[in-house]
Amino acid sequence: MKVKFWGTRGSLPVAATAADIRSKIVAALTAANGRQFGSPEEIESFAEQLPFAVAGGYGGHSSCVELIAGGAEHFICDLGSGARPLGQNKIATHGPQRPQTYHVFLSHLHWDHLMGLPFFVPIYLPGNRIVIHGCHAEMEAAVRLQMSEPCFPVAFSQIAASVEFDRLEPGGTYEIAGVRVTPKLQLHHGDSYGYRFEKDGRSFVYSTDSEHKLNNPETAAGFIDFFRAADLVVFDAMYSLADAVSVKADWGHSSNIIGIELCQEAGARRLALFHHEPVHDDAQLDRLLEESRRFEEITRDGRAPLEIISAYDGLTIPL
Amino acid sequence: MQLTSRPHPGATVLVAAERIDQASAGEFLAALQAELKQHDPAAAPVVIDFAGVDYISSVGLRALMVIAREIKAGKGKIGIAALQPLVREVFGIARFDLVIPCFDSVEDAIAKLST
Repeated sequence: MKVKFWGTRGSLPVAATAADIRSKIVAALTAANGRQFGSPEEIESFAEQLPFAVAGGYGGHSSCVELIAGGAEHFICDLGSGARPLGQNKIATHGPQRPQTYHVFLSHLHWDHLMGLPFFVPIYLPGNRIVIHGCHAEMEAAVRLQMSEPCFPVAFSQIAASVEFDRLEPGGTYEIAGVRVTPKLQLHHGDSYGYRFEKDGRSFVYSTDSEHKLNNPETAAGFIDFFRAADLVVFDAMYSLADAVSVKADWGHSSNIIGIELCQEAGARRLALFHHEPVHDDAQLDRLLEESRRFEEITRDGRAPLEIISAYDGLTIPL
Repeated sequence: MQLTSRPHPGATVLVAAERIDQASAGEFLAALQAELKQHDPAAAPVVIDFAGVDYISSVGLRALMVIAREIKAGKGKIGIAALQPLVREVFGIARFDLVIPCFDSVEDAIAKLST
């Protein structure tokens, strides 16, 4: 299995500004320090050595993550604005004439997790099948609402693909197109749900928009079980721990520190920091990643190392 | 986890020691609250001597945040002093040093919090 990130930003899509791009160019030229390059390959090789925040960037689409499970059917977690490039990629890969089945798993119904659906081109192609799985009773109503006047000019009725809604129960286990799926209730305004996906001995947990109050060991134990030995945990690391337990308490999000501690306890193999704060620029996200890795190192306490990455739009992780 | 108090004329000095983790954070919070019931936070700053603390988890940090809020609500001041280097690093990564001031020593904390 593989996981591909199409949108990793929390709450609101963002884009690099002219000032952001200029600062990257200045940083790259400063690092080059007058060096001459003999070929494009030499320049590529030099760019590889630059910090990710200088030579690349985290992107700005809101939550959308694809699980590539190896079968004919597609798995997508959330339909944030990242669903637009995902849909374009699917059309480019499979063409408009070959019907596909897409399984969508909604963490919750807030706009940053739904806004990509009207721009997900496969919904406009007859023959495609879209199955929207989720645990909220209002799931179908929320999806229909955002594709209706005055929210959006294209009505839900203009979708040409077949759309089905599949209500799941948290704690239940489901076999969906060869993948074992377990949803879990999470703390977020209006509730959110994480999903654990398992196939062929590999496991992937998608757990975003989830606040951890740190005042109930049983709740923590539930998440440790949910993350147990996962090959990849995608975790809401939007805030610092200090913010998450003070000024931003009850805002429904979590921190890098809590994600690391839960994954360490769970014996997870890899943690992806996710749902990035929209006000953080690439340099800040690089620094958060570096600090997160340091925190893991100094709290490892004899355990196997936990690999920590910071998710970015376009990143693919083999499980 | 251990928590004791140390007499000081200018501050309420509490001395924490050992690990403050998931298993001991509840006890740590209760012990802090019990100690602080005996002192008026507005009368003198509260300084927690962390020299003997070799580990603090997120749950332990949350306990400190709860106490800091209670002290601030009572018009008092709180500081953490003499943190071991790795614990100090954890405070920085968690951004707790932006919310609860950290000092090199108990005396330094008392001097700065008393102004």
